[in-house]
Amino acid sequence: MELLNIQQIEKYYGNKSSLTKAIDDISFSVDRGEFVAIMGASGSGKTTLLNCISTIDCVTAGHIFLENTDITALKGKALNKFRREKLGFIFQDFNLLDTLTAYENIALALSIQKKSAGEIDTAVRNVAEQLGITEVLQKYPYQMSGGQKQRVASARAIVTNPKLVLADEPTGALDSKAAKMLLERFRYLNQECGATIMMVTHDSFTASYAGRVIFIKDGRIFHEIGRGTDSRKQFFDKIIDVVTLLGGDVSDAL
Amino acid sequence: MLFKLSLSNIRKSLRNYAIYFFTLIIGVSVFYVFNAIGGQAAMLKLSESQYEIIRLLESLLSGVSIFVACVLGLLIVYASRFLMKRRNKEFALYMTLGMSKSKISAILLTETILIGIGSLFVGLLIGIGLSQLMSALTASLFEVDMTAYQFTISSEAIVKTVVYFAVMYLVVMLFNSAVITRMKLIDLLQSGKKTEKIKLKNPVLCVLIFLVSAAALTYAYIQVGWHLVQLDQARFTLCIVLGCAATFFIFWSVSGMLLRIVMSMKNLFYRSLNAFTFRQISSKINTMVLSMTIICLMLFVTICTLASAFSIRNSLNSNLKEYCTADCEIVTMECDSENGDYALSNLYAAADLSLTDGFREYVHFITYADPSFTLSSVMGDILNQALEQDPMLKGNAWQEIIRISDYNALCQLYGKDTIALDDGEYVLLCNFNNQRQLFDKALANSPDMTIFGKTLHARYDRCQDGYIMIGAQALNFGIFVVPDDMIDPNYRYMEYLAGNYTADTDEEVISVEAEMRTRFHQAVEKWEKEHPDEDFIGSINTKKEIYESAVGLGAIVTFLGLYIGLVFLIACGAILALKELSESTDNQILQLR
Repeated sequence: MELLNIQQIEKYYGNKSSLTKAIDDISFSVDRGEFVAIMGASGSGKTTLLNCISTIDCVTAGHIFLENTDITALKGKALNKFRREKLGFIFQDFNLLDTLTAYENIALALSIQKKSAGEIDTAVRNVAEQLGITEVLQKYPYQMSGGQKQRVASARAIVTNPKLVLADEPTGALDSKAAKMLLERFRYLNQECGATIMMVTHDSFTASYAGRVIFIKDGRIFHEIGRGTDSRKQFFDKIIDVVTLLGGDVSDAL
Repeated sequence: MLFKLSLSNIRKSLRNYAIYFFTLIIGVSVFYVFNAIGGQAAMLKLSESQYEIIRLLESLLSGVSIFVACVLGLLIVYASRFLMKRRNKEFALYMTLGMSKSKISAILLTETILIGIGSLFVGLLIGIGLSQLMSALTASLFEVDMTAYQFTISSEAIVKTVVYFAVMYLVVMLFNSAVITRMKLIDLLQSGKKTEKIKLKNPVLCVLIFLVSAAALTYAYIQVGWHLVQLDQARFTLCIVLGCAATFFIFWSVSGMLLRIVMSMKNLFYRSLNAFTFRQISSKINTMVLSMTIICLMLFVTICTLASAFSIRNSLNSNLKEYCTADCEIVTMECDSENGDYALSNLYAAADLSLTDGFREYVHFITYADPSFTLSSVMGDILNQALEQDPMLKGNAWQEIIRISDYNALCQLYGKDTIALDDGEYVLLCNFNNQRQLFDKALANSPDMTIFGKTLHARYDRCQDGYIMIGAQALNFGIFVVPDDMIDPNYRYMEYLAGNYTADTDEEVISVEAEMRTRFHQAVEKWEKEHPDEDFIGSINTKKEIYESAVGLGAIVTFLGLYIGLVFLIACGAILALKELSESTDNQILQLR
């Protein structure tokens, strides 16, 4: 069933004299329960695409529908409500509040929704269990490792049961072990909890955890491959093939 | 939850807030201390005229307080803007979690209110404490004793401080909400990533601007420092504008220029860490041009106000010792019209009052003026030059003349050195600086003067220091001392009586002086009743009165100087501290990445 439908979006930067097309006519759709990775070299427009879907940035032309709501037309309170209830964000640099403990950071997403303390507690403990961060709930961000921080940030993103979880280079600041652990959790959330996840990455290993990979080059969709019944290792090899096709400047992303 | 968030934000970012909070506390306490001076004065032994001065001081201080409030307000807005900028990431997170902008405003509002209340409370406490010390300072500045120490709290000053700062915080809140309404999520998220653009300046332009602004600054300083007499309103404004602009452009151009110069010296530039050091210094100056200019100008104001306040006070005090050397002096203008003869002796005699009662010692003398001996006769050729330099002078003004015997008697009374004068000689006494310079020019060739039809030779080729009227400053505009027999007694000018009281203690001085004044006023009243169409010209000056007003003036100047100087100093410190704070955290981020 279709959750997200992107129709011919474009995003331009700059002025008339020097126009940059960050996104140049991209259309695709994402089904409920999918785990999609978007890959591309630096400057290919993948983060701009994610920013447009996440309402952080606005498109120059085109439409983005989430459950038949046109999010490019949302404003003010409706936009706040949409972000609050339908979206979950995971950033490369975690964006946790240093002043709050892990528990409070996760609870913040719920208390903005005005949930009761009882509900909050159950939800936070539940999601902490799923992501394996129950021991660090009472710690402050500066007392945690990078992997733990990113899992707390992920917990904050999914604790509200959003329709769509958006992750911008979630493993970018993590070492390979922590990255692997986080991705295992993502797969768990996707397969066992039915979360729809869309992830931007330039790393083939990270992308191989997804069910589908969309390649972007110069603001356009270059290629798209689905995992089908392949194992992760096989899928990884396929991704590498496409990356090689994509050209030299992604070679550093292996 | 929002409240908790605000509170924990403050608690956790104490390091950032400490400077902000500290600035506010000092601001509040200084504001309170200076507005509470009036209330503190209650415990001082003050005379009526000193009360008047305190009241004048109070109204001056409350006027300056408005200016001070503006300065502090700008500082607070600057500081809060600065703190806001550092929290862009945090606000971005709130927004991605779906928090509305009004809620974010509410968080900031709570923070501002908490900090505001906290700083007001602590600041007032410190202010009340400090103002107890302030009353000791007030007492010493006014040179009076304290009756008995009592703990005073000026509710008026508290209300005033609270109201002024409440308004300032309100402005900050409005400002913050305006900023929040305008901010965009994408900009907030990317704010940290945007690298600062280093604009390369044209080196030739830099050198040119540096030279021009250095010249302009020098010109302004020379005008203000050495050509004070010619400084009219327009020129003064020009100097201020030139000074400010030139300071800015010097900072603007100096980094580019210095870097160029050092880079051209390759041996120096590439030795050890010099390249890094010079680059670092120049980029620091580059990014801080505006704040360095402002700090520079504020320090200028601080140094000037503090230094001039104290030097005015010191010169007032030393002048008093020098020029206020008798207890009391009464002076009236002689009037030769038939009915209006109110020479001092006649005045008192007509009212049947004693002129000399209460004086232990006194000198009673008359000065004369020759209608044909005017300023133009003294100045001679340089009259036009003199009139140009001092537009207040008049060429036909009569010159006051005193007998040598009277003057030497006066010198003995005042405790000054007497002067010697041979027959056929004159001495010109003058101690008002500008006038003195003019007279010195006129006397340079020791010209002869014709007074009352007789020719007199100059004893000296310049003015001599001396005065006949007691006062707080050197204000003798010129008096000729001549041998006794030169005088034509028909041309009387002024009549003086100067003397010391028959009093030893302060209480006796007060009572003698009161009597002296009563008699003077009675005599003048009687005369004015009898001559309703004429104006009385004369006065009674006492040491006590001159002292009190001079000391009061000194105190006012000191207080105003301290007030303005302190506030600008606080502002400078706060801006510097905030700048340093931003540098250090930026570096930290750099290291972590």
